[in-house]
Amino acid sequence: MLSKRKLFSLIVVLAMLLVTVPMPASTSLAQEPPSCGTDPVTLRAYFETGFDLPFRLAEEFTNQFPNVTWDISQDQFTNLINSTPRLLSGDNPPDLIRLPTMVSFANQGLLKNLDGYAAAFGWDEWPVPQLDQNRVAEDGTRGSGTLYAMGLNYSLTGIFYNREQAAQIGMTEPPATLAEFEALLAAAKDAGLLPIMQWGSAKSGMGLAFPLQALMASLGPVGPINDWIYQKPGATIDTPENLVAAEHLQQWIEAGYFPPDINAIEYTDANARFGQGEGVFIFNGDWQNAGYDTDMPGNVGFFLMPPAEEDGAPAAMSAPLTFGIAANAANADCAAFFFNWVATDPVARQIDVEVGGSNPGGPSGLEMPAVTEGSITNETLAAGVIVGEAGTSMDFIANATSAIFAQGWTPELQKMVGGRQDAAGLLQAVQEEYLRQLAE
Amino acid sequence: MMTTSDNRPAVSTRSQGASSNRRPPRGNLPRRELLPRRENVIGWLFTLPALVMYAVFVLLPLALSIQYSFFRWDGIGEMTWVGLKNYATVLEVPDLLATIVNAFKLVVFFSFIPVSLGLVVASVIHRVATGRLGAISRTVLFLPQVIPLVAAGIIWGWLLALPGLINQVLRAIGLGTITRAWLGDFDWALPSVGFIGIWVLLGFCTVLLWTGMSKLDPALYESARIDGASWYKEFASVTVPLLRQEIGVCLTVTTIAALAAFDIVYVTTAGGPGNSTAVPGIQIYILAFTQQRIGLASALAVMLMLLVLAVILPIQRLTREVS
Repeated sequence: MLSKRKLFSLIVVLAMLLVTVPMPASTSLAQEPPSCGTDPVTLRAYFETGFDLPFRLAEEFTNQFPNVTWDISQDQFTNLINSTPRLLSGDNPPDLIRLPTMVSFANQGLLKNLDGYAAAFGWDEWPVPQLDQNRVAEDGTRGSGTLYAMGLNYSLTGIFYNREQAAQIGMTEPPATLAEFEALLAAAKDAGLLPIMQWGSAKSGMGLAFPLQALMASLGPVGPINDWIYQKPGATIDTPENLVAAEHLQQWIEAGYFPPDINAIEYTDANARFGQGEGVFIFNGDWQNAGYDTDMPGNVGFFLMPPAEEDGAPAAMSAPLTFGIAANAANADCAAFFFNWVATDPVARQIDVEVGGSNPGGPSGLEMPAVTEGSITNETLAAGVIVGEAGTSMDFIANATSAIFAQGWTPELQKMVGGRQDAAGLLQAVQEEYLRQLAE
Repeated sequence: MMTTSDNRPAVSTRSQGASSNRRPPRGNLPRRELLPRRENVIGWLFTLPALVMYAVFVLLPLALSIQYSFFRWDGIGEMTWVGLKNYATVLEVPDLLATIVNAFKLVVFFSFIPVSLGLVVASVIHRVATGRLGAISRTVLFLPQVIPLVAAGIIWGWLLALPGLINQVLRAIGLGTITRAWLGDFDWALPSVGFIGIWVLLGFCTVLLWTGMSKLDPALYESARIDGASWYKEFASVTVPLLRQEIGVCLTVTTIAALAAFDIVYVTTAGGPGNSTAVPGIQIYILAFTQQRIGLASALAVMLMLLVLAVILPIQRLTREVS
């Protein structure tokens, strides 16, 4: 027989069950956005070595939310490409990880579906292009579908120039057309200056992919280029417009506009040499802003690749600094809250611009953080607005598949430098490699 | 692994003395089987830790690689049986086959040159520099073996760059016209990587061959000289034939280093420019980890292993069967 006391406990327990059971299943996510709560949380994160931004953001996040501490590992970008699948599929997957590429990981079910968070935090209402690059459709194409990653900021590429040397060749304002730009390159060559500094060693990947893609967008529409990067069915890089672009690049190479040792120059060496005054121009992105501000204060300028036609709009490669959450992450809610905080918190946005050099994105109507006067970041942010309004941003042709850069663009462009590949052969070879990789 | 462990008996029988080159006669062997069982068991127990390590870290990965090579697999999801398709792909895709050709070109730099040069240098040291000078020159030549290859590769990368020291020296002595970015030049990148290989492996070969020479009976040289043999004759008729086994070890180790090269190439050129220094090791790494094509990478790895065996086994046979 049950004693009175036991009977009472049983009733209490049953009553509690009745009250609590229906609660958690349904609507809590939609009503109140997820957060890091108040209990101690340790976020496991994998960041990219050499880039301060995520580390500084993590520090500030803990300042504002002291219950959150970090367990941060870091690795070089090229190593991250190789280790990410194993990190994501391992027993203790990261809550937050820098993603070099994402389509294959999304298809393999290794990344958290962020659609629920997007609805809860209202990311869906942000200006459209921000989230599109991180969406993967069911057929494996990028650009639409389920959201699998978020950008900590949104980078922009273009042409940086050495102000002193530009003045020396008579450049008073940035060129308005491709023809004007090419005239400046010829003038620099005639003046005994190196027209363009660029990197090209297989160790850091071929930097000529930057001017090539800039030429493609200058001479043709960006839509087909994005389709190719997003792996849309039937997309090809071997188009008549791109052939003209590749021919321009080949002419630049043959005219000696790039350093003769480009095939042996690594990314860091190219920037160091540009900072020391070797090269009037360099094709690069705003992530390098802080470096240029330090190396050549007041002497560096920036403009977008000019269009071929005078009435055309300039275009640019622009990509989110992509981070994802592992499908089995222990603290996914807190990591998603961190994404939202980075885009909306004023201090975080300030760090984003100051340290990262790029647009912090986020909902429209938020104020752009102030930038130190004289910093090149002022010019890149202003250029970002132009590209945003024109809708001419592209992802990187190097990101179309995980190995297209290492196995396609880098060796074929190196061959072009060595006089062993021409414009038509370049596009054909890369397209073949692309199809081979997609067939896997 | 198999081949290097096979080398050991060759070295040790050699070092037992120049006169008794042959293995113990077979007639002695059956006695071992009469040993008490207990001792046998204890013997096995002593080798057990090493055997377990060898099985777990060498044999098991080897077996798994062979298994993977018959599947299409991204390393995470389902494995799909594809039979010999991965092997066919290696033979069909020109870029993959070209890496094997490059590996054989590296054999010239990593193996033939260090071994022949090592023979000459060792015999010069043996003949001329017997005292402290010999010790110093051996140490200097051997030093590259002590430096981690990755660090050496980075430093050579700087030296061989267009603004690097080597080009500065060339300009200073009036050879400015031949300066170039050695590791970024289609014709010179592979020889430059090969040159680094010579630098690394010459010391190893020299020291090994010198050790062999110092164990040879001086009476042989004495009688050769009494017979009026020139330095070259002495070298060709006495030194080289008697050093057959040491030369075999050198050839084996350096050929494996060439065919399975990864670190020097990855650190200096990463296979560039335009795949001109791409070797199977680099390609296996990219296929397995960048492209997540574990099956194809394993097939290339298995083919590389067979290739190494096909080259090494004849060398072993040739250098061990001393008349």
